Amino acid sequence: MKKYICDVCGWIYDPEVGDPDSGLAPGTKFEDIPDDWECPECGVGKEDFSVLEG
Amino acid sequence: MNITLKDGIDWVGYIDWTVRDFHGYKTESGSTYNAYLIRDEKTALIDAVKAPFVEKYLDHVRALTDLESIDYIVCNHAEPDHSGGLPVAMKACSNAVLVCNAKCKGALEKHYDTADWKWQVVEDGETISLGKRTLSFINTPMVHWPESMFTYVPEDKLLFSMDAFGQHYASAFRFDDEEPLDVILQEAKAYYANIVMLYGRPIAQTMERAAELEIEMIAPSHGVIWRSHIKEVFAAYQKYVVCKPRPKVIVLYATMWKATEQMADAILEGAQECNVEAHLYNVDSTHMTRIATEVLDCAAIAVGSPTLNNSIMPAMAGVLCYLSGLRPTQKQGFAFGSYGWSKRGGPTEIGQAMEAMKIEMVREPIRAQYAPTPEILEECREAGRAMGQYAEQFPAE
Ligand SMILES: Cc1cc2nc3c(=O)[nH]c(=O)nc-3n(C[C@H](O)[C@H](O)[C@H](O)COP(=O)(O)O)c2cc1C
Ligand SMILES: [Fe+2]
Ligand SMILES: [Fe+2]
Ligand SMILES: [Fe+2]
Repeated sequence: MKKYICDVCGWIYDPEVGDPDSGLAPGTKFEDIPDDWECPECGVGKEDFSVLEG
Repeated sequence: MNITLKDGIDWVGYIDWTVRDFHGYKTESGSTYNAYLIRDEKTALIDAVKAPFVEKYLDHVRALTDLESIDYIVCNHAEPDHSGGLPVAMKACSNAVLVCNAKCKGALEKHYDTADWKWQVVEDGETISLGKRTLSFINTPMVHWPESMFTYVPEDKLLFSMDAFGQHYASAFRFDDEEPLDVILQEAKAYYANIVMLYGRPIAQTMERAAELEIEMIAPSHGVIWRSHIKEVFAAYQKYVVCKPRPKVIVLYATMWKATEQMADAILEGAQECNVEAHLYNVDSTHMTRIATEVLDCAAIAVGSPTLNNSIMPAMAGVLCYLSGLRPTQKQGFAFGSYGWSKRGGPTEIGQAMEAMKIEMVREPIRAQYAPTPEILEECREAGRAMGQYAEQFPAE
């Protein structure tokens, strides 16, 4: 599963970890995150994330 | 006025005594835009000031050194309250190189015509030697903008913290021990709540990195410089980053014909029966700056609006929009309000807005059709009591 990085603050979404604080269970693919989810660090939406290369 | 931080390091900023609106923040105590001059074998300026005050800033610099002697101007934060003076300053200081991180360069280029500027782009952890002293750069994303950065001088144990630990507070004094501590801590709290409350997580991480540094002085870009009460402001920030609840409840409301106001009063009375601080704010008489400051450390909040045109009062909608952007955490609450004939809007809509803000909702909205009956007022009192009992569990300090 691909990791994604927040273009604004650099926080990395790791699908294996999810974002339990916002109700995203470990194993949640980035594509399956609801549209109203926000970056837990800076508050931007999914559209401000990019695939983490490497 | 004492402007010397350390031997060779002076304040050269501007005290804005009269500003009362700062992008919506009601700055009742004015503000300052702090900038600093470091004279060593090389000479560096830390930040500039808001554009209208750039000549005053340059006058302060000229009083201490020739503008041609400036080798570096460090930009810690691209927001115009600190960068606005840069175009004039970069022209006037003809030998200066603009030092900032890559994100800041991008942001400055999108604000100003920078075609003639000389740049030195620095990475996190990079240093520049000024001779006896070193400038060490620490990226602090989202404290307050993505490009935000601290500059640290290890030899002087001095941290230039930009917006962090700042206060919108104009004063005749530059240092924390020249002012009553409770006043400046209150201003630091208001600043935190209104400017960076939503960035608690990145600020907590930044504080962890700062804790590894030896710090004798923190020079923010607004308000007084911390040298005697660093421990106190650090301890305060440690609470702010998690919106730590105190035994405090807030009743916030709007009203047309005072039905919702009666409900608010009853909720307040219920809470007052408990051993807590109970606050009452009408959004028409209290500015949202104050409301955000009070919400930061409350444990519970009741929010009320009557139904207006199938929606809520626009002044309340504005306050809720503002609060939801600031993302307070660790709050319980409920909605209330009076309506005439429709189910949507009013208390229903308030409840939905609070839920969207991730406030833990303890009950369904309390709704009164037109004027509240004694039974409904008793329900309000009971809900206020419950809110007070919940808030009582938290330590006062
Ligand atoms: C307090 C504050 C918060 C901001 N928050 C955001 C934000 O969340 N997202 C964003 O893209 N820009 C944000 N900005 C940047 C502004 O949108 C940007 O500075 C804009 O150019 C201001 O436009 P104006 O000159 O019309 O006020 C923020 C600016 C300030 C001062
Ligand atoms: Fe982010
Ligand atoms: Fe800022
Ligand atoms: Fe600022």
